[in-house]
Amino acid sequence: MLFEEFDPLKGEMLQILDKNGNIVNDKLVPKIKKETLMKMYKTMVLGRIADVKAVQFQRQGRMLTYAPNHGQEAAQLGSIAAMDDDDWLVLAFRELNAMLYKGVTLEQSYLYWYGNEMGSKYDENVKVLPINVPIGSQINHAAGIAYASKLKGTKEVTIAYIGDGGTSHGEFHEGMSFAAAYDLPMIVVIQNNQWAISTPRKKAIKSKTLAQKAIGYGIPGIQVDGNDPLAMYLAVEKARERASKGEGPTLIEAVTYRMGPHTTSDNPKLYREDKEVDEWAKKDPLIRFKKYLIDKKYWSNKKDEELQEASKKEVLEAFKKVEKTGLVDLEDIFKYTYEKLTPNLKKQLNAYKEYLNEEGAK
Amino acid sequence: MAVKTILQAINEALDQSMEKDDSVVVYGEDVGFEGGVFRTTAGLQKKYGEGRVFDTPIAEAAIVGSAIGMAVNGLKPVVELQFSGFSLPGYNQVVTHAARFRNRSRGKYNLPMVVRMPYGGGVRALEHHSESLETLYAHIPGLKLVIPSTPYDAKGLMMAAINDPDPVIFMEPKRIYRAFKQDIPEEPYEVEIGKARIVKEGKDVTIIAWGALVREVEKAMKQVTDIDAEIIDLRTIAPMDTETIVNSIKKTGRVLIVHEAYKSFGPAAEIISRINEEAFYYLEAAPKRLTGFDVTIPLPKGEHHFIIDPKQIAYELKKLMAEKA
Ligand SMILES: Cc1ncc(C[n+]2csc(CCOP(=O)(O)OP(=O)(O)O)c2C)c(N)n1
Ligand SMILES: [Mg+2]
Repeated sequence: MLFEEFDPLKGEMLQILDKNGNIVNDKLVPKIKKETLMKMYKTMVLGRIADVKAVQFQRQGRMLTYAPNHGQEAAQLGSIAAMDDDDWLVLAFRELNAMLYKGVTLEQSYLYWYGNEMGSKYDENVKVLPINVPIGSQINHAAGIAYASKLKGTKEVTIAYIGDGGTSHGEFHEGMSFAAAYDLPMIVVIQNNQWAISTPRKKAIKSKTLAQKAIGYGIPGIQVDGNDPLAMYLAVEKARERASKGEGPTLIEAVTYRMGPHTTSDNPKLYREDKEVDEWAKKDPLIRFKKYLIDKKYWSNKKDEELQEASKKEVLEAFKKVEKTGLVDLEDIFKYTYEKLTPNLKKQLNAYKEYLNEEGAK
Repeated sequence: MAVKTILQAINEALDQSMEKDDSVVVYGEDVGFEGGVFRTTAGLQKKYGEGRVFDTPIAEAAIVGSAIGMAVNGLKPVVELQFSGFSLPGYNQVVTHAARFRNRSRGKYNLPMVVRMPYGGGVRALEHHSESLETLYAHIPGLKLVIPSTPYDAKGLMMAAINDPDPVIFMEPKRIYRAFKQDIPEEPYEVEIGKARIVKEGKDVTIIAWGALVREVEKAMKQVTDIDAEIIDLRTIAPMDTETIVNSIKKTGRVLIVHEAYKSFGPAAEIISRINEEAFYYLEAAPKRLTGFDVTIPLPKGEHHFIIDPKQIAYELKKLMAEKA
């Protein structure tokens, strides 16, 4: 069993594809359909460009605060690709790639970071919860979804994401305890990107690995090279098998790196060295994934150039549409408070409209 | 004297308090090395070391709960919760313990601790970064809730809060952290907690506000020069300076309360109740409140509907003045 083979207490980390794109663990290469691999890769390219562009748009004053994903693409895509279409995705806030893979559109994602609630209204059949900013709290939502799946006897499994810093939060602990107690069909992926804003993972958390936190809950935990899409896929595939068989949740630590700032309001130069960033740049998930696909004859440099161009266009078009959305209608800030507008809210809305009528728009 | 922003004034208050009193400790998420995401605690770790100024794990219950323990054991903790919207995982500790230790132990334990949190909207921020949650804290017996609106008060109130024997929730109006400067004394001083400030005396109407809204009221009054308003900056929401409010109403007979917190069950409701109880027969018009709507504060592309501006204040004021008993 994979989870016995890689003991987080011994500091063993699952890796299949090394930073140069070479297979280092032949017998563990997961069987992934070409179609799936290509969807992963295309999403990764789109995700990377969308991310870099979002930061640029923000710098130009065209986008609000944005939380970059740069460097963490494989941690998300390797994991989400091993899930079924019918599974649930529960987000923290730095999972653009997993969202795109699961059917959230780029336009919706951009709209959210553009400051419009409509960006969290995903299409009807997309089983993704909105971005969840309060650290740790999403783990409890995931546990509830998984409990319902189990009670209803569906085949759904829930995958939830959290950051390294988030594993210190009480809500993480409560959610894990809950999920473990009832053997819930749930997978938690920790994107250990080494930083929680300015606080280094090593300084805030005493345990040697984050995966070993699983031991306290009585569930398996595994540390995975988060920049290796194949290793992430394998770990989640196995975790999903466990979940499906009613064996309960699994905790997966994806070891990766936040190449960009925490958000566009953050200046990492205040607290970390360029040298560290440069070291991680060499472990870029895109580089190794592309090489793997070319080695497999699934892909070529020429096709890659075309994909880069097409993705850039897609990104620019999505953002152009978002920029046309303008401001949110007054009614919209009221009408989702309850199912129906209460008399009190009606009164407040009407009084404000009267003001606008008399004094003109704000 | 030195010219300072609210942010710099708070930093100076922390610095001077730490310098004077070794028992003062300062901590929270990203508070130490970086000096806070707003840089309010910048320079303190360098000066006072990692023992007294430090970064914590992301764990608000631990931040507030440990402050309680430290206060019991002789320290004066000043903790930061990164945004008031993220104060809620620590709210349990605030309400079930910080507010009650004195009462529970019949005075054996008191908690000289300060919980700082930037609050308020108008900064085009992500979800949970714009809340005004005064009501949640002002409602709880045993807590003090302080909100400065000027650099002078920010420094003096912070120094008073640190020396206060009871837990103080210190909400910082982040929209005006760096908006303007004021000449303030370089030496340490305190501004008394529980006392409102009369910003400007007047005879026609009383306007009550706090935090970033005080400035909006002042701007509004530049537009309505024909009304002589008395402006009160409440400064301490709880315990409230009822006397200053009531005395003002007895003089003016009219009141407008302006706050960004949600309307229902909010601070203005309490203020109006006190006015009704103590100055009802002096009122010449029904008390008015201009507040946040009873809806979740919107993300930036809809926030302008929610944020109160000077034009709105002027409009409400004119309506209030036109009312006849
Ligand atoms: C309960 C709560 N407290 C504080 C914050 C402010 N905050 C936003 S992100 C962040 C750091 C998160 O670090 P990590 O969990 O490692 O995720 P990363 O940002 O690295 O993806 C903090 C403290 C928050 N969002 N929620
Ligand atoms: Mg992190």
